[in-house]
Amino acid sequence: MSELPFDLQILNALAALFLLLAFAMLAQRRVVALVNLLAFQGALLCAATLLLAYRTGQTHLYFSALLTLALKVVFLPWLLHRLIRRLGVYWDSEQLINTTGTMLLGLLIVIFAFGLAQPIAALASTATRNAIGIAVAVVLLAFLTMITRRKAMSQVVGFLSMENGLFFGAMSATYGMPMIVELGVALDVLVAMLVLGVFFFQIREQFDSLDLHHLESLKEEQ
Amino acid sequence: MELIVLLAIPLLGAAWATAFGERSYAPEANSAFSLATLIAAAALAMRVIGEGSFSAADEQFFIDPFNVFLVTLTAFVGFTTSLFSRPYMRIELEHGRVKPRQLRLYHSMYQLFVAAMLIALTSNNMGLIWVAMEAATLSTVLLVTLYRTPASLEAGWKYFILCGVGIAQALFGTILLYFAAEKVLGGEGMSALLWTHLNGVKGSLEPAVLSLAFVFLLVGYGTKVGLVPLHNWLPDAHAEGPTPISAVLSGLLLNVAAYAVVRCKVLVEGSLGSPLPGRMLMAFGLFSVIVAAFFLWRQRDIKRLFAYSSIEHMGIIMFAFGMGGPVANFGALLHMTVHSLTKSAIFFAVGHAAQKAGSQVMDEIRGLITLSPTVGWGLMLGALAILGLPPFGVFASEFLILTTAMREHAWATPILLLALGVAFAAIFGRVQPMVFGETTAKRLPHSPALVPVFAHLGLVLMLGVFIPPSLAEWFRLSAQLIAGL
Repeated sequence: MSELPFDLQILNALAALFLLLAFAMLAQRRVVALVNLLAFQGALLCAATLLLAYRTGQTHLYFSALLTLALKVVFLPWLLHRLIRRLGVYWDSEQLINTTGTMLLGLLIVIFAFGLAQPIAALASTATRNAIGIAVAVVLLAFLTMITRRKAMSQVVGFLSMENGLFFGAMSATYGMPMIVELGVALDVLVAMLVLGVFFFQIREQFDSLDLHHLESLKEEQ
Repeated sequence: MELIVLLAIPLLGAAWATAFGERSYAPEANSAFSLATLIAAAALAMRVIGEGSFSAADEQFFIDPFNVFLVTLTAFVGFTTSLFSRPYMRIELEHGRVKPRQLRLYHSMYQLFVAAMLIALTSNNMGLIWVAMEAATLSTVLLVTLYRTPASLEAGWKYFILCGVGIAQALFGTILLYFAAEKVLGGEGMSALLWTHLNGVKGSLEPAVLSLAFVFLLVGYGTKVGLVPLHNWLPDAHAEGPTPISAVLSGLLLNVAAYAVVRCKVLVEGSLGSPLPGRMLMAFGLFSVIVAAFFLWRQRDIKRLFAYSSIEHMGIIMFAFGMGGPVANFGALLHMTVHSLTKSAIFFAVGHAAQKAGSQVMDEIRGLITLSPTVGWGLMLGALAILGLPPFGVFASEFLILTTAMREHAWATPILLLALGVAFAAIFGRVQPMVFGETTAKRLPHSPALVPVFAHLGLVLMLGVFIPPSLAEWFRLSAQLIAGL
C-alpha cells in the first residue's frame, strides 16, 4: 500500500469521524445532544474544507469554510438551542424502531452507499474521492434519522445533517460548488430555519407539543 | 433590461408589502405590482419575438422560446390570481379567518413566490434553479399555514419536510451534474453549471454519472411536480391554504418544477444517447395519471378533488414529455398552458363557492346556480374544460398526446383513456349536484371576482380552436429543443 501524504491522512480521518457522528446522531435521543452533534459535524465539515483549501490553494474554498463556520457551527445550533429552551423539548424518547435495529439498518445503508458511490469515485480525479462514499452514507443515515423520529425538532436536525452530508459530497467530488450556488443554498437553509422557528411556535400554540403524531389526521379516509 | 425589471418588480412588491401589506388598499397594490410584472413579461416576450433567444448577466440568465412562454403564463396567472385574491381575502378577513396582520405576510410572500418562480424559469444556472425552487417552496409554507388550524399546520409541515427532503435529492443530482460537467468544461469560472454550455457538450458528459444524477433530479423535482408516489404533500397543501395560493401552486409551481425536470431530461438524454430518461418520465407519468384518477373517487373536499386532478394532469404532461418527439412535446407544452389556465380558473370559482356554502365539503355545497349563476357556470364550464370536452384547449392537447401515444406506444393508450374516463365520471358526478339542485349558498359581503374565471376559460377556449402564430412558433421551437433536434 502506497504512503498517503499527511494532510490526506488527516482528511480521511475527518471523513471517518464524519461518518461516526452520523451514527451517533442515529442513536442519540436527547435533543440537546443531537444539536451539539450537529454543530460538531458542521465543525468537521469546516475543518475538512479548510484543509482542502490549503491543499489545493482554491480561494473560494476558504469562503466556503467561513460560511460553514458562521452558519452551521455557530448560528443554526444557537438558533436550535434557543428554540429548544423556549419550547421546552428536551427528549425524543419515542423511536419508531429501537436503537439496535436502527444501528443494524444503518450498517446496511453504509454498505449500500459505498456500492452506489463506487462508479462516481472511480471517475473522480480529486484527492478526496474516497470520501464520496462516506458523504453518500451520511446523507442516507440522516434520512434514516428523519424517518425514525417522532419529534419535529429531531427531524429538522436530521434534515440539516443531510445538508451537511451533501456539502461534504460536493467538496470531495468536485472541491465544492460554484460560490454563487453555495451562497444561494446557504441562504435557503437559513431562511428555512427561520420559517421553521415561526412554524414551531404555531404548532406548539395549537397542540401544546411538538410531537408529530398530532400531525397525522390528514388521511384519505377522513 | 426587461429581465431586470421583470425580476425587480415582484421583489420590490414583496419589500413594499412587508412594510405596508396590512393597509386597506394593499390588495389593490398587490394587483398593481402583479400587473407591472405582467407588462414587463409582455415586453420580454416581444423582445424574444423580435430578436430570438438571448442571455443576460454574464450568461447567468437565459431566455429562449421554452421559458419565455412560461414566464408570460406565470406573470399572467399571477396577475389574475391577485385580482381574485382581492375580494377573496377581504371576505376571509370579514369571516375572521385571517387577521389584518397576516395579510401583510400574505401579500409579501405572494410577491416573493412569483419572484422565485420567475428566477427559476429565467436562470441559466442549474444551481440557481435549485435555489429558486427551494425559495418558492419556503415562501409558500407560511401561506399554507395562514389559517393556523390543526389541519393547515399539518399540511404546512408535510409540505415543508417532504419538499425539503425532495429538493435535497435534487441538490445531490445537481452536484453530480456539476461533477460530470467539470471534467468537460473545467471547474474554473462559472460555466460548468450553465445550461446552455452543458447543452452544447451534452454528448461528451459521462453517461454513468448523468444517469445517476437524473434519478436524483427526477425524484427531487418530481416531488414538487407531485408525481406519484411523491405526491403526499400536494392535496393537503392545496386544500388547507387560502384558495388563491391553491390556484398559483397548482397553476404555476407545478409547471415550474416540470420545467426543471424537462431541462434536466434534455441534458441526460443527450449524454446517454438512449431513451432511458424518457422512459422513466413515461412510467412516473402514467402511474400518476392512474393513481390520481382512482383517488378522485375518494375525495370529499372540493379543493382536494381538484388537487388530485392536478396530479393527474401533471402525469399526462410528464408522460408526453417522456414520449418525446416534436408532436408529443408540442402537446405537452400546450397542455401545460391550458391546464394552468383552466385549473386556476376552477380554483377561483371553487374559492367563492366554498365561501358561499361556508364549507369545502362537497356534500355541503349545493345549488350554486340558483343564487349566483356566474359562480355556478364558472365551476361547471371549468370542470368541463379540465375534463377535456371538445371546444376547449385541453381537448386539443390531450388529443395530440393520445394520438402520438397510439402511434408510438400503443399499449399505453387504453390505460390513459381508462384513467381519463374514470376521472371524467368522478369529477362530473361531483360537480353536477354542486352546481344544480337545492341551494345552500349564502350571500357574500364583497362581490366575488369572476372576470378572471371567464377570462381564463375564454383563453382556453381560444387555444382549443386557434393558437396565435407566435405562440405556435414558440411551442414548435421549444418542442424541437426538448426533442434534442
